[in-house]
Amino acid sequence: MSTRTPARRRSGLLARPGRTLAEILTLLIALVVAFPLYWMVLSAVKHPGEIQSSAPRPWTTAPTWDNFRRVFQVEGLGGYFLNSVVVALAVVVLSLFLSFLAAVALTRFRFRGRTVLAVMLLVAQMVPVEALTIPLFFLMRSVGDVAPRLGLNHLGSLVLVHLAFSLPFAIWMLRGFVAAVPKDLEEAATLDGASRFRFTWQVLFPLVAPGLVAMSVLSFIHAWNDFLFARTFIISATENQTLPMAILVFFSPEGNDWGAIMAGSTLLTVPVLVFFVLVQRHLVSGLAGAVKG
Amino acid sequence: MRVPATPTTPGGASTHRGGAPRRRPRVSPDLRAALLYLAPAGFVLAAMLAYPLYQLGVISLFDYGQAQASGGAPLDFVGLDNYAQLFGEPRFWTVLVQTCVFAAVCVVGSLTVGIGLAVLASRVRALPRMALFLAALGAWATPAVAGSTVWLFLFDQDFGLVNEVLAGVGLAGVENFSWTYDRYVAFGLVAAQVVWCSFPFVMITVYAGIRSIPTDVLEAAALDGATPWRTLRTVIIPMLRGLLIVATIQSIIWDFKIFTQIYVMTNGGGVAGRNLVLNVYAYQEAFAASNYGLGAAIGVVMTGILLLITLGYLRAQRGTEEP
Repeated sequence: MSTRTPARRRSGLLARPGRTLAEILTLLIALVVAFPLYWMVLSAVKHPGEIQSSAPRPWTTAPTWDNFRRVFQVEGLGGYFLNSVVVALAVVVLSLFLSFLAAVALTRFRFRGRTVLAVMLLVAQMVPVEALTIPLFFLMRSVGDVAPRLGLNHLGSLVLVHLAFSLPFAIWMLRGFVAAVPKDLEEAATLDGASRFRFTWQVLFPLVAPGLVAMSVLSFIHAWNDFLFARTFIISATENQTLPMAILVFFSPEGNDWGAIMAGSTLLTVPVLVFFVLVQRHLVSGLAGAVKG
Repeated sequence: MRVPATPTTPGGASTHRGGAPRRRPRVSPDLRAALLYLAPAGFVLAAMLAYPLYQLGVISLFDYGQAQASGGAPLDFVGLDNYAQLFGEPRFWTVLVQTCVFAAVCVVGSLTVGIGLAVLASRVRALPRMALFLAALGAWATPAVAGSTVWLFLFDQDFGLVNEVLAGVGLAGVENFSWTYDRYVAFGLVAAQVVWCSFPFVMITVYAGIRSIPTDVLEAAALDGATPWRTLRTVIIPMLRGLLIVATIQSIIWDFKIFTQIYVMTNGGGVAGRNLVLNVYAYQEAFAASNYGLGAAIGVVMTGILLLITLGYLRAQRGTEEP
């Protein structure tokens, strides 16, 4: 398409005014859809005075890091950011190993009940985890009696629940990747004297890396975005809050600190955006290269 | 961000069906290894998913308030009393209807916008399409909390851009209009935010579907002088029926469970709780009013409704996998 000569493109334009209109419309809609994100980042770098102005402008002549500096130094948002990173990374690492092992067992080993387990995985994905806040709250309280760092008010409780929530999907997804590795490879490895353990970790694990990456990013995003469980579990130990909860501190009846809220929201969004661009193809995998453009 | 629950996996789940007849039977070592490999994930899933699900049902059968939660009073089995109380409360029915209508508006909105933009994207060249897809990916990726706060800011009573612009074009009365006070306006605002972050999934799915329709079919329609609307109605929608059913049910499941947007944008369920949906209602009953038994009963009702929708989803998905 891009190899067209300018002359031909122009004649195409004249011949199809409808398409030109459609393209202008598309660009306008793209602007509208992207605008909230633009506004978020813009407001984050505006001066507080500019934000409180009753005539907001869609640009700024003097971008500043003041909001970010304030939320980091005065409000300690850095600590909450770190908490979010710790929870999300712990979930990723744990679910990486747990789901890989389970996926290998479900695809490479033959045993009775394998199909039943696969169906149960499917069912597990359908459980509305939001409805489980109440029993999980009490469970985490009991866990805290035995292992305080895994109980209420600690990051461990968030790791545990998000690990559980991410596993069914992760195992389901990895199953396909593991199954796609040719069976001959295992036979060859066995003939070469490799144990099953070595085959699993030295051959299979690197081969399913693309699946592991996609799965990790999805687990990361889910744990990173969580609001409900952070709101429920981290009640009194405010220093253990995660970023989504911390942002809400800037809402107050006396007036919302929009500069800080937008700076915090930007911090919350950027890592996800980066990861999202990396894996967007896997989100619609099976739907044949949807976002190639 | 939302991700479809069961994407088609590359390679497929049925790669080695039919077994290997030449293989020596090694059932028992395989089983032992499998148990070893499955144990860690199985333990986590049993403890953090299956057991809480069971407990949800159990708690809903007890009189479970602040005293019981703190261990100060013995648990009192009350059978279905929590459910009787719940169904006898007018508020529950209001919230249930609200949840359904709200979810329906979000689903219809995301589908309309998503399908419309997918058709539009299929008729323009690569550059504007890329711009649209990039913007949509951004909206899709935005965490629910961040999306909620920025929409709140845009529609803020005093410092919001929207009120400013509306006042600027001459709508004087709108100057200090609150978008979060009135029940329907507040629901509308939250629904708009939900549509903003959930239409991209529909759009990208349907766009891929349109791309998979043989071009000669679409060209034939265009040669016959079919308008885009007619093409959509008589060619695209019938050909993508299965895909659309899956996208619809997936949207229903998501929008029925919305928590964060309502909680953040209406400050926990609106003035006097008039913007509650089931999810937030259960949360407030349990953790604000300490009626854990009642909250669990709401949770069970919600799970039941979602189970029904999910069964429909599975059936629809099975339908699309047939060649």
